[in-house]
Amino acid sequence: MIRLKNVYKEYRNGTHALNGLSLEIQDGEFVFLVGPSGSGKSTVIKVLTGEVIPTEGQVMVNGFSLVNIAEWQIPYLRRTLGIVFQDFRLIDKKTVYDNMVFAMRAVGASPREIKKRIGYVLKLVGLENKASRLPDELSGGEQQRVAIARALLNNPSTIIADEPTGNLDPARSLEIMTLLKRINELGTTVLVVTHERDLVNRFSERVVMLEKGRVIGDGVGKYGVNVHA
Amino acid sequence: MSMRKYNTHDIRYFFTEGLSSMFTHGFMSFAAIGITVACLLIMGTFSLIAVNADATLKKLEQENQVLAFVDESLTEAQARTLESKLLKVDNVASVEFISREEAKDAFASEYEDDPLFQNLDPAIFRNRFVVNLEDLSLMRETKTALEQVPGIADVNAYVELSDGFITLRNIAAVISMTLIAVLFLVSVFIIANTIKLTFFDRREEIAIMKMVGATDSFIRWPFVCEGFLMGILAALIAFFLQWGLYGLITKGVSGNDVFSIIQIVPFSHMWAPVALIFVCAGIVIGVGGSVSAIRQYLKV
Repeated sequence: MIRLKNVYKEYRNGTHALNGLSLEIQDGEFVFLVGPSGSGKSTVIKVLTGEVIPTEGQVMVNGFSLVNIAEWQIPYLRRTLGIVFQDFRLIDKKTVYDNMVFAMRAVGASPREIKKRIGYVLKLVGLENKASRLPDELSGGEQQRVAIARALLNNPSTIIADEPTGNLDPARSLEIMTLLKRINELGTTVLVVTHERDLVNRFSERVVMLEKGRVIGDGVGKYGVNVHA
Repeated sequence: MSMRKYNTHDIRYFFTEGLSSMFTHGFMSFAAIGITVACLLIMGTFSLIAVNADATLKKLEQENQVLAFVDESLTEAQARTLESKLLKVDNVASVEFISREEAKDAFASEYEDDPLFQNLDPAIFRNRFVVNLEDLSLMRETKTALEQVPGIADVNAYVELSDGFITLRNIAAVISMTLIAVLFLVSVFIIANTIKLTFFDRREEIAIMKMVGATDSFIRWPFVCEGFLMGILAALIAFFLQWGLYGLITKGVSGNDVFSIIQIVPFSHMWAPVALIFVCAGIVIGVGGSVSAIRQYLKV
């Protein structure tokens, strides 16, 4: 579960990125986090992943309190999260399979666990036949599916996707969002940060709108139409 | 960086990654290993010079006794009474009285092929004491003290020779310590820079590792292993080069009459401590370099 209560974040340069933001996401929910540039979306992601510590307020993510989290606990928090970025962040010189191995080795998984889990997640994202390909040999949509597969490797309870379709055409974007929805249906909480109104509106899911570091709308419906404060 | 939570798969992973990085930055690794080899070789060479100078000094202490000649006016019986006075002199370990007759016999036996020296009059020799010293470095002071003993006419000691070896040993120690300190720092600096290059090369991988939840120590260990492997490799190369170099030098020295006084310690008597010191120094330099780089550049 994710819970942010009255969260403020002021950066050293004086920017107030979050201004009393409160938000609660239950386990198993699918949530779109939307808003214009500078609304605080990226800061929310950074707060949730332990990259920045809020100036004020309470943040709980999957049982970790992020306001007074010890530095050594942050890796363990991140193991409960699967993070997907717009630019995929795959290692170019490693094959799809080796990218997966790399991510699992980093958290100390055994060779047996690695083999078993990679086969499962590649099948889940429909890339079981592309395991030996290099990222450059795949389309943008396929690369993002690899990134999603990698995010799923450590069996996280929450997937956080930061503009996952930002580099993709509409057809591939829909494909990726459908995949994330399928993962959600398997029980994983999914939080998608996006500004693609049309894409959000194709799904009847909870939409949280941010502006100036505050939630200005939260509800199930179309982005910008039915979402109410 | 606790090791307790890591299993054999992790340790194998750390070393594989370290080895792979070492080859990825071949030129820098070569430079880092090269300078470490140079450091260890210079350290080893000067240390071995010091060891041999020390062995030669010990040999001189054992073999080159000081001769204290008794005044010719004293009879043999009177001369023998000086033994207790000589033993009281500082730094004198033992004394042995040699009579004129015994001195003549010893001299004649050295030239037994020459009839000219076989029938010498013992009166041309002096009664004497062979004096063994406790510390050869105090030979000059002891010689002066022995000359002060009433009844002793002259003292014969290889003061210049022993002084020369002591100076050589001290110079070797000072030069080696200075060079070791300088080259140690240079080696650590170059290894740290090699590791720094690895960080830059792997910064995306490090970001991904952090993102998926790798602990700081898990991220750091491959870099420590890279430094460790470079240090070990440098130590092994330096050891074999040192062995070859020592063999060449000792061959040259032992075949030369000028250096016949030098006591050469065979490498086979020293290889184990030399190898141990090289490996330890290599590890300290390698791991020291990587830890220094981690502290400066890897903020994870």
